[in-house]
Amino acid sequence: MIAKLTWRNLWRNPRRTLITMTSVTFAVLLAILMQSFQKGVFDNLVKNVVSFYHGYIQVHKKGYWDEQVLDNSFQYDDSLVMKLSRNPEIKVLTPRIETFLLASVGNSTKGCMLVGTDPVKENLLTGLKDKIVKGRYFTDNEAAVLIAEGLAGRLKLTVQDTIILLGQGYHGAMAAGKYPVRGIIHFGSPALNDGLLYMPLAQAQFFLSAENMLTSLAVGIREPEKMTAIQQLLLSEMGKEYEVMNWKELMPDIANHIKADGSSFYIFTGVLYLIIAFGIFGTILMMTAERRYEFGMLVAIGMKKLSLGKILLFETLLITLLGVITGLLISLPFVLYFSRNPLRITGEIAEAYERFGFEALFPAAVDNSILIVQSLIVLIIAFLIGLYPLWHVGRINPMLAMKK
Amino acid sequence: MNNTVLDAHNLKRVYDENTIPVYALNGVHLHIVRGEFTAIKGPSGSGKTTLLNMIGGLDEPTEGYVNINGTNITQLKGNKLINFRLNNIGFVFQSFNLIPVLTAKENIEFIMLLQKRPKAEREQRVKELLKEVGLADKAGKKPGELSGGQQQRVAVARALAPKPQFILADEPTANLDSVSAGNLLDMMAKLNREENMTFIFSTHDQRVIDRARRVITLEDGKIVNDTAPASLDHTLI
Repeated sequence: MIAKLTWRNLWRNPRRTLITMTSVTFAVLLAILMQSFQKGVFDNLVKNVVSFYHGYIQVHKKGYWDEQVLDNSFQYDDSLVMKLSRNPEIKVLTPRIETFLLASVGNSTKGCMLVGTDPVKENLLTGLKDKIVKGRYFTDNEAAVLIAEGLAGRLKLTVQDTIILLGQGYHGAMAAGKYPVRGIIHFGSPALNDGLLYMPLAQAQFFLSAENMLTSLAVGIREPEKMTAIQQLLLSEMGKEYEVMNWKELMPDIANHIKADGSSFYIFTGVLYLIIAFGIFGTILMMTAERRYEFGMLVAIGMKKLSLGKILLFETLLITLLGVITGLLISLPFVLYFSRNPLRITGEIAEAYERFGFEALFPAAVDNSILIVQSLIVLIIAFLIGLYPLWHVGRINPMLAMKK
Repeated sequence: MNNTVLDAHNLKRVYDENTIPVYALNGVHLHIVRGEFTAIKGPSGSGKTTLLNMIGGLDEPTEGYVNINGTNITQLKGNKLINFRLNNIGFVFQSFNLIPVLTAKENIEFIMLLQKRPKAEREQRVKELLKEVGLADKAGKKPGELSGGQQQRVAVARALAPKPQFILADEPTANLDSVSAGNLLDMMAKLNREENMTFIFSTHDQRVIDRARRVITLEDGKIVNDTAPASLDHTLI
């Protein structure tokens, strides 16, 4: 009968109940859509950023990241790489040797970073082949380079021109050579676009007198959510002489940007929760005021205040639960639709995004935890507000409550 | 055999004690035995409702005590007092005293649910009570679908449901037309006569006063007249 009483009380004033339910529904819908888009956009941003160059995880010799010199390179261990590659969570392991050197054409000389890499694996990790804007991609053991568009412009060279490289190899060896330019690549990031030069791994190792040496193993993973677990696994597999860093450690400025943007989202959702809270509280306040006489009568005839308070709490929770369920049911198709058909922004903003190498897309992330967390937050708010009638009934004096 | 159901001793209720004291009740002594049909009358402000509230454990006296069936209820607090009211006192209020979302049957059953009585017992008792108040055919109707008189009959049935020591009725006929009021009083009189149920009314209504065997008149918080026969055997006319 208590359940019956709770349910019927809910529909005593159907308009008010429906208004409250609708406000909860819209709040849940808004909160879920906002967070799904925020997560979707950030996931996409991270996917973009890691696919520029770094990958989700990188393995170096311990100390390399603090002092990025060739002497901090490590021996390429084929068996270890094979073993790690068997992990189904790892999509690709791209071996690289990287160093800074001088690139010269005619009278122009510029500093740049040489990246010796496996052409196939590099393409799997960063989609380097798709970034070619002129010329063609290099092959596995070709004595040639790919040059970033900005750097090529500063050196005033184009495809089929020859570039002279001069620098220091492994253990202080002299490194000098000339290579034809096979292709020009475009990076969204100006820093990368003005300073990168790619060469097949074996050629770069030979050029730097660093046969079989690597400065990093860039790791591509299938599910970004498992990054930390994979990082831990790699740490235990690789041993103490290596450092295993994730993209947040490699690019702390980007991680901080996402964190800062996330904070503004929390402020916005906080305001939204506040609106929900006041909406529900308004209803509960009116309900308790309207039914004051009835509460007094119920306590007078022998109903314990706690039992009465529980009914009122259930009423609040039920009304909220109905709103939450409706909100979930409405938001699900939206989230699914926008995860498959991301919002595509156009115009100048899109151009700005694309200039920096980002896709001008706003996808929604499908994440059960968002649905659960948002629903729980609204229910917790309702529970806390539901404590008000409990407190109100606890203080009620039946004689005064029944005074007209 | 002690037939006393209610013994109120020197009840005083003072408001504004620290400024100019106003006595809502000023030394009321009241003794009610089982089976009485008593009306408390008096002009507005005479203390009828205050007295009824004290007898019902809804208000505390400034002085004095109320003893119901051997229990001093002025010493009971919180859930103990609520439980005592549930099991010993039946209330019929002036109006709007049913739960609007429950049917007549559910309103009566509700109070036994609070007493945690078994379902079979509850259903049997509801059936008997609805028959007794002449509303067996209205069991499924909600208060809004019943007339004022019918609502008051359901309220009486609800008050009877927990088998209380007595029923307190505060102006039960105030919102009823004369036919409904007459029917309600007939029904209460029948319950009093056949089941020896004790009724205590506060009323202005001459129809109630005329039907009561014992009439207590209050003025300025004091009993100024009590028609109680010496035998205290206050049966109905």
